[in-house]
Amino acid sequence: MKCVRVILTGVNRITTVAACGTLLFAVACGGSSGSSPTPTPTPTGSNVQAITVNAGPAGNYANGAFTSVTVCVPGTSTCQTIDGVLVDTGSSGLRLLSSALAVSLPQQKASDGNPVVECLPFVSFYTWGPVQTADVEIAGEKASSTPIQVISGSDFTVPKACADFGPSAETLSDLGANGILGVGNFPQDCGGACTTTGPSNPDLYYECPASGCVVVAEGFAQQVQNPVVLFSTDNNGVIIELPAVSGPETTLSGSLIFGIGTQSNNGLNGATVYSVDDYGNFITTYQKTAYNQSFIDSGSNGLYFLDSSTTGIPVCSDANYFYCPSATQNLSAANEGSTGSPSGTVSFSVANADNLFNNNPNANVFGQLAGPNTIDNFDWGLPFFYGRNVYTAIYGQSTPGGTGPYWAY
Amino acid sequence: MIERQIFQSHGGATKLVLRAAILSAAMLMFALPSFAGLGEDVSSVQADQAYMQGKLRVTQAQAYAVHEIQAPTGIVVREYVLTSGKVFAVAWQGPWPPDMRQILANYFGQYQQAAQAQVNSHPGRRPLVIEQPGLVVQSGGHMRSFAGRAYIPEMLPQGVSAEAIR
Repeated sequence: MKCVRVILTGVNRITTVAACGTLLFAVACGGSSGSSPTPTPTPTGSNVQAITVNAGPAGNYANGAFTSVTVCVPGTSTCQTIDGVLVDTGSSGLRLLSSALAVSLPQQKASDGNPVVECLPFVSFYTWGPVQTADVEIAGEKASSTPIQVISGSDFTVPKACADFGPSAETLSDLGANGILGVGNFPQDCGGACTTTGPSNPDLYYECPASGCVVVAEGFAQQVQNPVVLFSTDNNGVIIELPAVSGPETTLSGSLIFGIGTQSNNGLNGATVYSVDDYGNFITTYQKTAYNQSFIDSGSNGLYFLDSSTTGIPVCSDANYFYCPSATQNLSAANEGSTGSPSGTVSFSVANADNLFNNNPNANVFGQLAGPNTIDNFDWGLPFFYGRNVYTAIYGQSTPGGTGPYWAY
Repeated sequence: MIERQIFQSHGGATKLVLRAAILSAAMLMFALPSFAGLGEDVSSVQADQAYMQGKLRVTQAQAYAVHEIQAPTGIVVREYVLTSGKVFAVAWQGPWPPDMRQILANYFGQYQQAAQAQVNSHPGRRPLVIEQPGLVVQSGGHMRSFAGRAYIPEMLPQGVSAEAIR
């Protein structure tokens, strides 16, 4: 067993990481659990990664859960630990800003030798950049030779079909994070649609010879992977545990726990299992109307639901993407599995977003931040996680609560 | 509401049509070239539909017609056309967003600018809400499930609410 210490010069700082020769030893040497200062019992173990809700690396994020991720040149001890990575159950795959990455990772190549580059659309922006391969280490877990996306606007010219999605996010200022750790319900970001070329391909993966980028068929295993499925154990899902908040806070410490029912610290413990459909949605019923494209997403930074005409809650005059009720609204809805059962009531509160921000200029944790989601569904963002242990089970993976995908809490 | 359905297929799409009948609705469809866009003329919808070699379903409401185009990617785009022949609204749904430049046509630049400004003003991922004079865009969802609508508020027919665009 060997454990070597590698020093890499980051963008603004020197990063020291412990790179471990074996997974077993990584538990002892790289495990970063147990550092949370919260008074409540903090889970410990090789499958526990500390997460923190704070302003993030750009210093201005509200309701973002951040953690650190170690990436290594596959099979080597040349590694870098990158902090300020957003923990996102609403996507799958690790994406890191090129500007935050100091190690040189191998480029994935198509069968003809051309570099593979990805265009990945989110709701408000897309990320563009090469697919590279890394050993991804988090807590005591390791995902060997994992395809990740390195977000970079400059390495390859953005093809028209990608630019046509809208704005791109390629800087720390755009993203508010050094990267996104997608630990959602799916093993890959795209899935079957990207494995063949032709009209059903959504144009996410490209090969990029000097002449320009063209869409390429990308096999399941070559696609950017949810690193959790590549762990040798604890690979069927994740739990996010964050304590409840009574009001706005500066920081909130919690845990990202790998595996469901694989260790003594990640059992379902009576949590209710809500099945998720093939598109990653379940049902939320509000005032007797069912909204069947609803979802739980740690990467959304508020509770986003319906619109003013349905809820009667006004939006803020200076930010129409947040609600600004004159008095805090206490509401309830029912979440249901995608098959219609089980059903469980969720109570939640909507505060005046202007007041939250203006009265708490140093806060980054807002359990009552909410806004409209005009496409008729509920987006249960990070505030939903405060005071709940939320399980995200991965598609096709078996767990004591059944085969994924599902959410449980 | 009067409903009228038109299914058309063209040229080499015959084999795909047969397969489409067997496969699930989300996985079928045909080549996705250009959509007609917001603010454009209805003739562009028909031209695009012919070019798409695909399935077009037209539903007639009192004040407008809905031209629904199903793309092979599983993305569904609905274009709302006034009796005067102008596309006053578009809506979309599918595992990925549509080509926004195609469906927003001349409004794409305004959309892109407003979306970028909103990303910069309050970092954090959330649904997109753009409400400007002459253009409303609302979109949301997550990886493998996106939906949204865009419309020109001044062109909404009397008595028709934005909720009808979906």
